[in-house]
Amino acid sequence: MNAEIALFLIQDGLTNGAIYALLALALVLVFAVTRVIFIPQGEFVAYGALTLASLQLGKLPGTAWLLLGGGLVVAAVELVQAVRLGAVRRIPAILFNYIVIPSALLSLAWWAAPQKPALTLQILLALALVVPLGPMVYRLAYQPLANASVLVLLIVSVAVHLAMTGLGLVFFGAEGSRTPPFSDAQWKLGVLNISGQSLWVMGSSLALIVALLLFFEHTIYGKALRATAINRIGARLVGVSPAMAGKLSFTLAALIGALSGILVAPITTIYYDSGFLIGLKGFVGAIVGGLISYPIAAAGALLVGLLEAYASFWASAYKEVIVFTLIIPVLIWRSFTTHHIEEEEE
Amino acid sequence: MSALLEVRGLSVAYGKVEAVHQAALRLEQGRIVTVIGPNGAGKTTLLAALMGMLPARGSIAYAGQEILRLEPEQRVSRGLCLVPERRELFAAMTVEDNLVLGAFHRYRKRDKTIAGDFEQVYRLFPRLQERRRQLAGTLSGGERQMLALGRALMSRPRLLMLDEPSLGLAPLIVRDIFRVIAGLRETGVSILLVEQNAHAALQVADYGYVLETGEIVIEGPSASLASNPRVIESYLGLVSSDAG
Ligand SMILES: Nc1ncnc2c1ncn2[C@@H]1O[C@H](COP(=O)(O)OP(=O)(O)O)[C@@H](O)[C@H]1O
Ligand SMILES: [Mg+2]
Repeated sequence: MNAEIALFLIQDGLTNGAIYALLALALVLVFAVTRVIFIPQGEFVAYGALTLASLQLGKLPGTAWLLLGGGLVVAAVELVQAVRLGAVRRIPAILFNYIVIPSALLSLAWWAAPQKPALTLQILLALALVVPLGPMVYRLAYQPLANASVLVLLIVSVAVHLAMTGLGLVFFGAEGSRTPPFSDAQWKLGVLNISGQSLWVMGSSLALIVALLLFFEHTIYGKALRATAINRIGARLVGVSPAMAGKLSFTLAALIGALSGILVAPITTIYYDSGFLIGLKGFVGAIVGGLISYPIAAAGALLVGLLEAYASFWASAYKEVIVFTLIIPVLIWRSFTTHHIEEEEE
Repeated sequence: MSALLEVRGLSVAYGKVEAVHQAALRLEQGRIVTVIGPNGAGKTTLLAALMGMLPARGSIAYAGQEILRLEPEQRVSRGLCLVPERRELFAAMTVEDNLVLGAFHRYRKRDKTIAGDFEQVYRLFPRLQERRRQLAGTLSGGERQMLALGRALMSRPRLLMLDEPSLGLAPLIVRDIFRVIAGLRETGVSILLVEQNAHAALQVADYGYVLETGEIVIEGPSASLASNPRVIESYLGLVSSDAG
């Protein structure tokens, strides 16, 4: 291997690693706030990529229907609850949030898709269609089980992952898609060719990480999420409901997932079930950080990206094996160096 | 006169074991009412149920409305606030962020008067202002209790419930805390105070209840409780020597 290839592999590794880092942060966030190990994170990646791909072909993305379907189910659940609690005043808001808005987005996508709007608008539309699925998933699958053990929540996560993969097949079909790059630019830096797309990926990831940091440090909702992660009872006592915190963290996770999908779509061909492997690599990064440390999780994810790049050069057939084998020494190391984190019982 | 809080037939159970049985109590606007009783009597359980942290049966009328089925967050939003026995601070966040979060429901309502309340809390507890950039987990026991009280005041409560605010604190700090509690009455906050330190509690309160094994066994104005032979024998004889 010469220096040129080594540098190319680093660029490749860091580009993918940046995506894994975003996903790792989302996993840590969701786990800290809700104790859910969010396996369906990867499905949001695939949904984001495939929704954008549909829009680029001028087709109405299947996610628009999925959004309306999910909205109808959530609305039904919420309406039953509102009536049972006698909270009739909530009904207009429920109808608006879960039926009117999804219908409006569906109509908008229907109208806009054939006109092939500018890339930025396509991306915004794709996010608007995919991100609301996050809080819906939380509302339907996790909120009713808020006091369940981590293991039960994990089992639910597996079920949600399988369901979302199946829905992905129904709504997007079995063919893969690759979107055109955001930029065709190439720069020569010594021996290295830097592609515009990898700069886009790394720059966007960095920007998103900084935005998340600012959100957690400086906004009242960011602080409320941190408070819930630190002390759930204390958070309730100041009026932060676990359901609100859960919905908000799932919204952020869905946003991060969908954006990651949009960023990788020009780099790899994405199928309805490609998200799982991508998400799993973010998960390995998150495990390096013990599912609690944001910076270590992000660093671990970058490492996964680099390892993957080199593994695919030397032994491409074993690329995934090598990457996932990383988790074993990490787990052994963690089991020796960190004290066991007791699951809190309330 | 209608009460701010009127509790009737309140029972709270952990599984099949009832920890509070058919409790009734009443608190008028602007008053301090205390519930005293030995360890394990059910005082913490009673407050947790009033705050909505535990399911309960019976009736809790607050400001004329039944709130038994409301979530804790909805009760916070209506002006109830609990300073729990374990404080439940956000240890890994700064003192100031803990106070900010105390006002969470007011930020949601876009309340413009929050800034002034920081000043008020810092005036009440200058120590918190000195340490406002420090993590709550690094505070001493007394400072933690101040922060717990400060965080509660940031929610601008109408009814403040305090669970053993003197627990584990040095006598001098206990005196400070009780001075603050007495001062709060002047600002119109109504207080439900749970204490094992019966001596200090009866001094500051207008009215008191004695809770034993989950049932209210004696009640009356503080002065009459303080001269009740049974109260003196069970609660004042022992405690008064180490009370602040
Ligand atoms: N989480 C719990 N699960 C089961 N029993 C409990 C729990 N918390 C308290 N108890 C029981 O309820 C009774 C009242 O406890 P508590 O309300 O903490 O009393 P106090 O605050 O007056 O000391 C005690 O018998 C205690 O053992
Ligand atoms: Mg207690």
